[in-house]
Amino acid sequence: MTADLKQLHAARDAWETGPVAKATARFPERKKEFVTLSGAPVKRLYTPLDIADLDYENDLGFPGEYPFTRGIQPTMYRGRLWTMRQYAGFGTAEESNKRYRYLLEQGQTGLSVAFDLPTQIGYDSDHPLARGEVGKVGVAIDSLADMETLFANIPLDKVSTSMTINAPAAVLLAMYIVLAEKQGVPSDKLAGTIQNDILKEYVARGTYIFPPKPSMRLITDIFAYCSAHVPKWNTISISGYHIREAGCTAVQEVAFTLADGIAYVEAAVKAGLDVDDFAPRLSFFFNAQMDLLEEVAKFRAARRLWARIMKDRFGAKNPRSLMLRFHTQTAGCALTAQQPDNNIIRVTLQALAAALGGTQSLHTNSRDEALSLPTQESVTIALRTQQIIAYESGVTSTIDPLAGSYVVESMTNQIEEAAVNYIKKIDELGGAVAAIEQGFIQREIQESAYAYQKAVESNYRIVVGVNKFQVEDEKLPELLKVKPEVEERQTAKLGELRQKRDNTKTQAALQQLRETAQTDANLMPAIIEAVRTYATLGEICDVLRQVFGEYEPSVIF
Amino acid sequence: MERPIRVLIAKPGLDGHDRGAKVLARAMRDAGMEVVYTGLRQTPQQIVEAAIQEDVDVIGLSCLSGAHNHLFPEVTRLLKEQNATDILVIGGGIIPEEDIPSLKAAGISEIFTPGTPTSVAIDYIKEHVTK
Repeated sequence: MTADLKQLHAARDAWETGPVAKATARFPERKKEFVTLSGAPVKRLYTPLDIADLDYENDLGFPGEYPFTRGIQPTMYRGRLWTMRQYAGFGTAEESNKRYRYLLEQGQTGLSVAFDLPTQIGYDSDHPLARGEVGKVGVAIDSLADMETLFANIPLDKVSTSMTINAPAAVLLAMYIVLAEKQGVPSDKLAGTIQNDILKEYVARGTYIFPPKPSMRLITDIFAYCSAHVPKWNTISISGYHIREAGCTAVQEVAFTLADGIAYVEAAVKAGLDVDDFAPRLSFFFNAQMDLLEEVAKFRAARRLWARIMKDRFGAKNPRSLMLRFHTQTAGCALTAQQPDNNIIRVTLQALAAALGGTQSLHTNSRDEALSLPTQESVTIALRTQQIIAYESGVTSTIDPLAGSYVVESMTNQIEEAAVNYIKKIDELGGAVAAIEQGFIQREIQESAYAYQKAVESNYRIVVGVNKFQVEDEKLPELLKVKPEVEERQTAKLGELRQKRDNTKTQAALQQLRETAQTDANLMPAIIEAVRTYATLGEICDVLRQVFGEYEPSVIF
Repeated sequence: MERPIRVLIAKPGLDGHDRGAKVLARAMRDAGMEVVYTGLRQTPQQIVEAAIQEDVDVIGLSCLSGAHNHLFPEVTRLLKEQNATDILVIGGGIIPEEDIPSLKAAGISEIFTPGTPTSVAIDYIKEHVTK
């Protein structure tokens, strides 16, 4: 310790034993201990003593430079604001197409497609398990014909499109590629993202189809195909968002997400790809929760840790391989059904954390999402929230504005260190896939979720409107309703398609897909050909189910 | 000694949100109940079969995907078919207020919406279960 720090140490001790002791003797602090939303202890005061070991160039560096703690671009939001990307989709392709065009007219800069559950799990709308679910949490897509409607009058060379699709990601990407071709847009001009992150589906989100091994093959096939043919496409969005929604802590969100990332990189390297060929197209997706400082620290820690992992563990050379680019969504689980307008304020704080944390794109939740799908009015307020932060708050004028804050740097260090320890533990278990198969990650998440619930029920944690400041007899807002006719209309359309298309061609393409699936060849070309003949999502996934089998989850609680 | 209350926590349909279901399952277990959790993607048929096989007193249905109006009444209909209406059926999830009357009319005895403490659901079961 330098002489200056020694002196500061003594001064701080004197402050604690003097003024602080005197004040707390008269007025005890509100709580015995203060903790973050994740339960990490928070000190009364942070000083240079807490970041005495911080080495500016090694640990923070400059924006756009390793280890990217301060951001991935040299000018960040001074150059270009984050992409405002509202996740949307419901009912039929026609209705969703209308909402997309509305959002684009309102100044949204990218699309984000929400699919209904049958689509996400590879069932056509007329499958028995789809009953009641068609068009509910997103748009129903059965074939290329629905995609043509979904993107009608939206030029695919002008927008970037993010698709929240995982197990059948290859099929939806294939549809997008063929659709673009029909619009006259070559695949190397396409920009967008598929979520394509199956590992978090096993632990948190639940839309898995196939077992881990063939699922990882599908993912590496997409990496390889896109690096050659769709070079601007983000081939995966490695997601902590849903793991956090399932109840984990900030540290666990970073650790489990990056551990999944490591598993994908390892699988692709093992399949013979060069790390610098595919790593620049990996992207990430995080949650923005309520604890502002902890969240900002989390984003910074994740960026630094990923850069270090890619450099040290995988020997990546291309700087783009080291950059953790991420999308953020505000925390759905933080929304309350009680006094829903309060959620606008919650979302504002969460979105602010994402902006201060250097996100590349952002979805802000709507106030009414603890009650139903959002109305158009609610979605507009959510979009305006981001626009106000971007254009009015001033936080976009300088890069990484909270850097150097004693508390934020200290939390950044702590989150990184704790995440490193978790990843070590996961490595010892054999990596993320093995840790999931053993139920380790699921159990860790559930412990945190249960601890949080108990903290709320004991009033240790206050949630405004839920366990404090409640009101009786609330007036309920207008909610969006998905019409039940959607299911009938969609299944009728599907029936017509099966009649109309050239079924000989469809069957031949599905047979070709089956044969390819039985070899080690890349699956993308066969899937693209099947899609082109208007084979449905369900038909394609059924072929793959027959060859690959289905995932059998272990039930842990 | 009295037999503990047996509960089946079930996820009908394709919804993958099971944080609430699992937290509640655990809270019920901590409250002395015997709890079976079905896991995701159960059909109403599978849920009713499991409930009868496990001889439960209560079925707790959880759905956040909006498919509750189809799935919940299907469970109670099948219970009637099986002469198992003595099983108490409760539900939870993202369920708009206006859907609740028709769900209750279909035999779901109570619906718990977001923000409900687990203790409220547990107390409800203790008061209403018929053994």
